[in-house]
Amino acid sequence: MDWQTLARALFGEAHRIRQDGDLLSGEAVIEETGEPLGIVGTTNHAPIGVALALAQARIVLDTIAKYPGRSILLLVDTQGQQLRRQDELLGINRAMAHLGCCIDLARRRGHRVIGLVYDQALSGGFITSGLIADACYAVPEAEIRVMRIPAMARVTKLPEGLLTELSKSNPVFAPGVGNYVAMGGVRSLWQGDLRACLIDALESAPTTDERARDGFARGGRRLAHRVIDEVLAA
Amino acid sequence: METLRYELRGSRPVKRVDPVLVGVVASGNLEVLIEAGVPGLCVFQIETSARGFGTIWEAVIRDFHERHDFAGTRVSIHDMGATPAVVSLRLEQAASSLAGDLR
Amino acid sequence: MSATSYAECSARQRLALLLDAGSFEEWLPPAMRVMSPHLAQLSVPCAFDDGIAIGRARLGGHEIFVAAQEGEFMGGGVGEVHGAKLTGLLMRALRDKPAAVLLLAESGGVRLHEANAGLIAVSEVMRAVLDVRAAGIPVVSLIGGSNGCFGGMGIVARCTDRIVMSETGRLSMSGPEVIEASHGVEEFDSKDRALVWRTTGGKHRFAAGDCDELVDDDVQAFRNAAIAAISRADASRPVVLDALEFEHAMLSDRLETAALAA
Repeated sequence: MDWQTLARALFGEAHRIRQDGDLLSGEAVIEETGEPLGIVGTTNHAPIGVALALAQARIVLDTIAKYPGRSILLLVDTQGQQLRRQDELLGINRAMAHLGCCIDLARRRGHRVIGLVYDQALSGGFITSGLIADACYAVPEAEIRVMRIPAMARVTKLPEGLLTELSKSNPVFAPGVGNYVAMGGVRSLWQGDLRACLIDALESAPTTDERARDGFARGGRRLAHRVIDEVLAA
Repeated sequence: METLRYELRGSRPVKRVDPVLVGVVASGNLEVLIEAGVPGLCVFQIETSARGFGTIWEAVIRDFHERHDFAGTRVSIHDMGATPAVVSLRLEQAASSLAGDLR
Repeated sequence: MSATSYAECSARQRLALLLDAGSFEEWLPPAMRVMSPHLAQLSVPCAFDDGIAIGRARLGGHEIFVAAQEGEFMGGGVGEVHGAKLTGLLMRALRDKPAAVLLLAESGGVRLHEANAGLIAVSEVMRAVLDVRAAGIPVVSLIGGSNGCFGGMGIVARCTDRIVMSETGRLSMSGPEVIEASHGVEEFDSKDRALVWRTTGGKHRFAAGDCDELVDDDVQAFRNAAIAAISRADASRPVVLDALEFEHAMLSDRLETAALAA
């Protein structure tokens, strides 16, 4: 889904979201409630490099400073981290951690932070944005994966056929938004009335990390929750 | 993966109840866990990624058991293609950790 | 006293030598066989502890919680169980409030064999680390294994209060091979070891300010640095707006300087 279509579906014409290269930023108002929303994210299947991570962090920091308590919507469309030596030299992992810490601080300061994968979320691209929000959602057409199966097979030296076959019953290996929902990584899919989905998310997204519990309840990730409990009880 | 199991009668009971772990599951390496088991027996259970080496495993295991004759002991192994020499080494390392605990 | 190479030790050897003697009490120990069902499905050898040992111990007399990743098992990659052990440890720290949490980090990041589970797990670890920090409990990372600390675990390390590295250690996001595969050998020659360490190794990271402490490849040196890190008055560095603005300014300057130099 392109971001303009998404924005229109969510806010009609009442938004001031702009695109600056791969960066999305701006504000919108939820018509039903009058609630203003800060928007930050990426488009063009952006590779997340130091500059883009910092640009997003800047917007989050500005929101914390200027608009106390304002909810934030993270729009995710990324091909993963930028694969350049220069970004490694400059500390891309530090910049990404910084973005994650900014989002986490916003949450702690009472800002509701909602992640939405509206197109792609590949590899580690959204690990310090969408996945560190109060909750991460996705549209049904979104592509979420760590790696495609043929590439996975090459790197792990496992038979592609085996991975494909096991994917039918185990959501752990294969790409797919449905797998991430089953595993608790994505809270739910936004379909139909997207505006209602957004309002519901702002109202009901948890402020504690419920993903292991969700993965257990949904059957897609049956061990994490139990292991966590066992450690607590050990 | 191949699973091998040997149940051997032993006559030297091991007092120690705290499990012992040596080694790491990595290419050419293995981990060995020794813990309390069935009285009178030393039970060896091996899971290995290198198939078809049952005869060699049996030889290494029997050799180890001949030396130590543990009873009431369970030896569990996760192997990733270690040579017989490395397997023996890890078994001996694990056995040394038990050495002080024989009746 | 002769040095014991931290890089050459296994995770458990590091714990035995680094922590106060005999003080390590392990939770979900190997004999409990809390292992990966996904690796078993793939007929890939499992480890009794899924590649990570967690528990409680004393360090210089302080009661701490500690986790040590075994870099030789699946490259230290984080899978469902491995990640949950780490998240559980951090959540327990929130409840039991030890003096500090110590992370002996050695990992390639997400365990590819458990792709989606690994990615979500790393994210859960990140959130838990920040929860622990917000409670004023210092979280310290030690990075000195030969497999380095990459991917999602590298980001986790950068979410902790303090990082101690040796020259042998590496801290980065993507491995050189991945970068080379993506953009060619001119972009990053992964076989050029000097280049790899100049980009991601402890010495460079320390010079650039991306780790707080540089020590010799010696378990005792790591121990001393860990004790110092958790004992100092500012062991816990709260994530507050001022601190993030400072960090932001520093990273922006760095980016700008690089752009001007290019």
